[in-house]
Amino acid sequence: QTGYTEPWLELYSMEWGLREDLRDCVVAAAPYGGPIALLRNSRRDKTPSARPLLEIYSASGLLLASVPWKSGQLVHLGWTAGEDLLCIQEDGTVLVYNLFCEFKRHFSMGNEVLQNHVLEAQVFHTEFGTGVAILTGALRFSLATNIDDLKLRRLPEVPGLQKPPPCWTVLAQDRVTMVLLAMGQELFLLDNTSCSVLVRHFGNLGWACAVSAVTTVPWGEKFCEFNTGIRSPPKQMVWCTRPRSRQRAVVLAWERQLMVVGNSSESIRFVLDEDSYLVPELDGVRILSRSSHEFLHEIPEASQEIFRIASMAPGALLLEAQKEYEKESQKADEYLREIREQQLLPEAVGQCIEAAGYEHEPDTQKSLLRAASFGKCFLDKFPPEGFVRMCQDLRVLNAIRDYQIGIPLTFTQYKQLTIEVLLDRLVLRRLYPLAIRICEFLRLPEMQGVSRILAHWACYKVQQKDKSDEEVAQAINQKLGDTAGISYSDIATRAYDCGRAELAIKLLEYEPRSGEQVPLLLKMKRSKLALGKAIESGDTDLVYTVVLHLKNELNRGSFFMTLQNQPVALSLYRQFCRHQERETLKDLYNQDDNHQELGNLHVLGGYCQRRIEGRVAALQNALDEFYKAKNDFAAKATEEQIKLLRLQRHLQEELDKPYLDLSLHDTVATLILDGHHKRAEQLYRDFRIPDKRYWWLKINALATRGDWEEMEKFSKSKKSPIGYLPFVEVAVKHHNRYEAKKYAPRVPPEQRVKAFVLVGDLEQAAEAAIERKNEAEMSLVLSRCSPGTDGALAERLNRARAQLLKK
Amino acid sequence: MRFIAGECGWPPAGAGAPLEGRGASAAPGITPVPGVSGPGGAVAGAGAAVQGLCGVSADIVNADKMSGRSRKYKIIFSPQKFYACEMVLEEEGVFGDVTCDEWSFYLLPLDEDIISMELPEFFRDYFLEGDHRWINPVARALQLLNSLYGPFGKSYGIGRCAKMSYELWRDLEEESDTEGQGRKPEIGHVFLMDRDTDYVTALCSQVVYEGLVDDTFRIKCGSVDFGPDVTSSDKSIKVLLNSQDKVFSQIRNEHFSSVFGFLSQKSRNLQAQYDRRRGMDIKQMKDFVSQELKGLKQEHRLLSLHIGACESIMKKKTKQDFQETIKAEHSLLEGFDIRESTSFIEEHIDRQVSPVESLRLMCLLSITENGLVPKDYRSLKTQYLQSYGPEHLLTFHNLKRIGLLTEQAAGETLTAVESKVSKLVTDRAAGKITDAFNSLARKSNFRAISKKLGLIPRLDGEYDLKMPRDMAYVFGGAYVPLSCKIIEQVLERRGWQGLEEVVRLLNGNEFCVSDSAVEDNPAWECQRVILAVFLGGCTFSEIAALRFLGKERGCKFIFLTTAITNSARMMEAMIEAKA
Repeated sequence: QTGYTEPWLELYSMEWGLREDLRDCVVAAAPYGGPIALLRNSRRDKTPSARPLLEIYSASGLLLASVPWKSGQLVHLGWTAGEDLLCIQEDGTVLVYNLFCEFKRHFSMGNEVLQNHVLEAQVFHTEFGTGVAILTGALRFSLATNIDDLKLRRLPEVPGLQKPPPCWTVLAQDRVTMVLLAMGQELFLLDNTSCSVLVRHFGNLGWACAVSAVTTVPWGEKFCEFNTGIRSPPKQMVWCTRPRSRQRAVVLAWERQLMVVGNSSESIRFVLDEDSYLVPELDGVRILSRSSHEFLHEIPEASQEIFRIASMAPGALLLEAQKEYEKESQKADEYLREIREQQLLPEAVGQCIEAAGYEHEPDTQKSLLRAASFGKCFLDKFPPEGFVRMCQDLRVLNAIRDYQIGIPLTFTQYKQLTIEVLLDRLVLRRLYPLAIRICEFLRLPEMQGVSRILAHWACYKVQQKDKSDEEVAQAINQKLGDTAGISYSDIATRAYDCGRAELAIKLLEYEPRSGEQVPLLLKMKRSKLALGKAIESGDTDLVYTVVLHLKNELNRGSFFMTLQNQPVALSLYRQFCRHQERETLKDLYNQDDNHQELGNLHVLGGYCQRRIEGRVAALQNALDEFYKAKNDFAAKATEEQIKLLRLQRHLQEELDKPYLDLSLHDTVATLILDGHHKRAEQLYRDFRIPDKRYWWLKINALATRGDWEEMEKFSKSKKSPIGYLPFVEVAVKHHNRYEAKKYAPRVPPEQRVKAFVLVGDLEQAAEAAIERKNEAEMSLVLSRCSPGTDGALAERLNRARAQLLKK
Repeated sequence: MRFIAGECGWPPAGAGAPLEGRGASAAPGITPVPGVSGPGGAVAGAGAAVQGLCGVSADIVNADKMSGRSRKYKIIFSPQKFYACEMVLEEEGVFGDVTCDEWSFYLLPLDEDIISMELPEFFRDYFLEGDHRWINPVARALQLLNSLYGPFGKSYGIGRCAKMSYELWRDLEEESDTEGQGRKPEIGHVFLMDRDTDYVTALCSQVVYEGLVDDTFRIKCGSVDFGPDVTSSDKSIKVLLNSQDKVFSQIRNEHFSSVFGFLSQKSRNLQAQYDRRRGMDIKQMKDFVSQELKGLKQEHRLLSLHIGACESIMKKKTKQDFQETIKAEHSLLEGFDIRESTSFIEEHIDRQVSPVESLRLMCLLSITENGLVPKDYRSLKTQYLQSYGPEHLLTFHNLKRIGLLTEQAAGETLTAVESKVSKLVTDRAAGKITDAFNSLARKSNFRAISKKLGLIPRLDGEYDLKMPRDMAYVFGGAYVPLSCKIIEQVLERRGWQGLEEVVRLLNGNEFCVSDSAVEDNPAWECQRVILAVFLGGCTFSEIAALRFLGKERGCKFIFLTTAITNSARMMEAMIEAKA
């Protein structure tokens, strides 16, 4: 039987050819099957000439990268949540490297550390991110809860601390970060403000200080007490969660011994063949040694049930049944019946699926899945999703656990980590093809899956300096094509950041959204190109951005020249200038000899002048421009206006009345209104005002003035160019029927009826209408007849009309 | 906190001019009371009705600084914040003093079938200044409608701006997540049209009731202020004009001549309903009071308002020889007695009837005649300057640039070469890069188009305005609005086939795109819904005409316009105000 109930699981045999003992190296392994960082020849080897080597290995022991350690004395190594390596030096500097030993940045844990040195350091993870805590030579703790948003906090002094505490750790709870430390027989809790005793008489050894990061254990309450019976303190001590019982155990490691202690009085001891390093995981502990990489965990219930010797659990029976079935034995039926009689088949299938997830051996996974699939056949409507999902997940897990990849995730860890993060980690390891294949296999939406990974790939690709721009650009375009959600401008930005401007431009060409190209082009000082792209994008804001950029970048002349070739930008800039910088607008028009617009600008400017002199001067300028523009009409109109302005000034001075801002018409009208008929006449001649206009103007003004005498005189001065109906109309408008009547007879016959109607002389109107034998006019008069007073007249009209219609 | 609301744009030459359309009335919750201090020195709202907001608000802030007051300021930009506005704030040195927000306000439903973007400045900015800034908001508005009502089946359009807006919208759709996809389409067709395709219709005097009310009283954001002469009291009343108004909804699309008859009929009916009270017993009376009386009273109130409005319109129109103006307009449209019309216009100017009206008639003359004869062009302009002031020299320059008032040049016809060139520039990139002043010196070709499309109905007998037979009724039976005719023709032909000559005369830039995703299923209800998009504004007459067409054809038109416009608004947009 393949019964498998060992809590030890060999993940990989390590082939990293480590000669040194692990205890001679500074080691850090990232959780979730993460990489292992190793610095050989550390403190113990004091030969200053020997450069220690910083190496990063995958969990399977494959060297990812190495770099000679040139910086100062290293105290501690640790991994961030994003799989960056933190190297904490004695002087308090923290260097950040990526997975491939490429230096990213550095920061310092404060000046105070420079003198006192860092004695010990720890990297910890909280909900805010990754933090660093240090213990300085002055026996003070300092910490930063998030290295991406560095805020150093120096914790208060621990009273009575004479030497480094035998053990300490960082706790994060309720958004507060604290340090827990053991000193003598007491356990202290150090927070922002104070240091308090948590437990007195903490046993006699004073080194046991594994602290629950999870709140299942009430504060300050003793979780368990266990006497190991070993005098030396353990080298390492980590929590080990037991998923099945949801309880915790502590794993302690000595040089050659491993002990698992739970909250009972028993313990399990294992003998270690080699010096080992413990990596706590969500559901167990990874144990690293020079030759092997193992995983110690509690057997999950499903596996236990199935593989326990002589188990009668439904899953175990189903597994048996399937095996018998393959052997074509009738025992298969017996087993199956046994399950079905208890109606436990769904549980059996579920158990097999679940157990498959916990297996690392593909063969075992397969046989369990086969059993599940076999059992499923005898069930109606068993939802297939769980089975399908498990098959998919296992394929992914098997792929990443492969020796070459070396990410030994368990199913539980994988679910906790999520596929998105896993993909990110593959991208970090530059395992693009695998990541893409996983995306495709899981049919992830392009935006989150393939596109994102391709974009990362492209960003990496542009850093390959050995290939020509052309090659790289083509390779990228070939792979990426028009994949949705790819931002070529992001990739181009990366290329530019790597100092490859030409490549960036080539890549930008592939960017379909022209607006996206603009910011980078500007950054690369390709403003003219940017202008074209901004215009293409149809986003006027973008055009403005570029125009303003150009304005600062170029000298005025070439700035204008650039704009001349881009009408859209030019008109936008003109709009801007029209309201903000009129002088610039003048320069713009000057540049392309647009005298018409220049003239217009002068005219416009002229109206801002309150004083006549200023206005005349502005108009004079306009006049010159209009002549240059060969716009005779505008020139003449302006000339006339200047003439009028001068005259108006004269009038203003003489008559002490404002004339400025009046049109010619209004000027003359005002003169007449004020009785200056001579002057009005003068203007009429000087400005060659058309007769018709002058007559209209004059009779209106006279009527408004009520100067009926003058009006009559005027009407007789010569034959009216506008006829005499207007006289009637104007008089009626000013409610003077008496005057109106005077002019009615002088109205030509075709308008006479209307004139008489206007003055209210229906009698005469009727007469005229009948005389002209005009039916429409008769009706007009009729409509004005009121039945009471004009009865006779109405009758007469009706008769005449009837007669007319008869004909 | 001080709120400064308004829309972004440039300060007009005379900064601080009250803003038409958008502004206070469109921005609920922001009271346009400048400088009213709320609790703790905060200002509840200020200067909502201010255009050229940035400059003005900078002045406000600086003025406060000078007087030693310190306040918090917030500027809300609508529909979007422009980079240039920030620049202005920065240059004025107040950038740090204000916080900005955007109110992505694209669509204001004025009625159940009219959506306005309330961008009256679109017309001048785009068609005169060649400023493309508003194309983006239009594209975004389309995107919004698309996301709300599903994909449009078929898109038609004419005009360069229409084309650019359409293309930008398509780009936006492509860039955005494809959420709207798969929605059942509710709008079958969308028709985009540039205002410069048809200036004539917008320049005509309106004679349908809603148009007349707009021409006479100015409808702002779907509501109108009826002054004391209408309300026959000493107060003005603000009235919402939309389909909720039972009286208005029945007369809005009618020719004015039918309105009085309808209103008197209506008042008789109303009286009859009131009269039913007599002879009721207590219970019936109770029902009457509780159920009908309120409605009747409401209707009564509206009826009296509209009758008042009619009277007021009548009074104003007869004073200005409305009939004669209409007559002159009609002869311009038909192309008869041009000499006489020209003298009519001249007299109009000489008598200083109204600067805007005179200008409108001049433009109408120019656009229908493909430009004025040089002699008339000069003399009319001279007369105008003498009458209304020399600063209109700039107005004429604007009108020439936009193509509304031009001079005929010798041998004015669109040659084959020219049309070829215009074909070439329809290529997208070229279209954007070649001249931004797309309207510059374009020809209207109105006469030829009118003949082709039969815009002037042949009159056999009296045109019955009460029982209209075509869209011409909105202009007293004298003229079918060109814009509406194009829409009708294109929808009928489901494209531009057969209209090649018209398109050529309209200077091209037409397009017709089917969305392959939306199947051309004639059974779908959405085929009956057409979104008519007017870039640069549409008039109530056009709306009435298309509503009529919709009724005739059994379909429904929805209007999306950058603003409601009329001849006066268009002219005012062109007039260069004195600083």
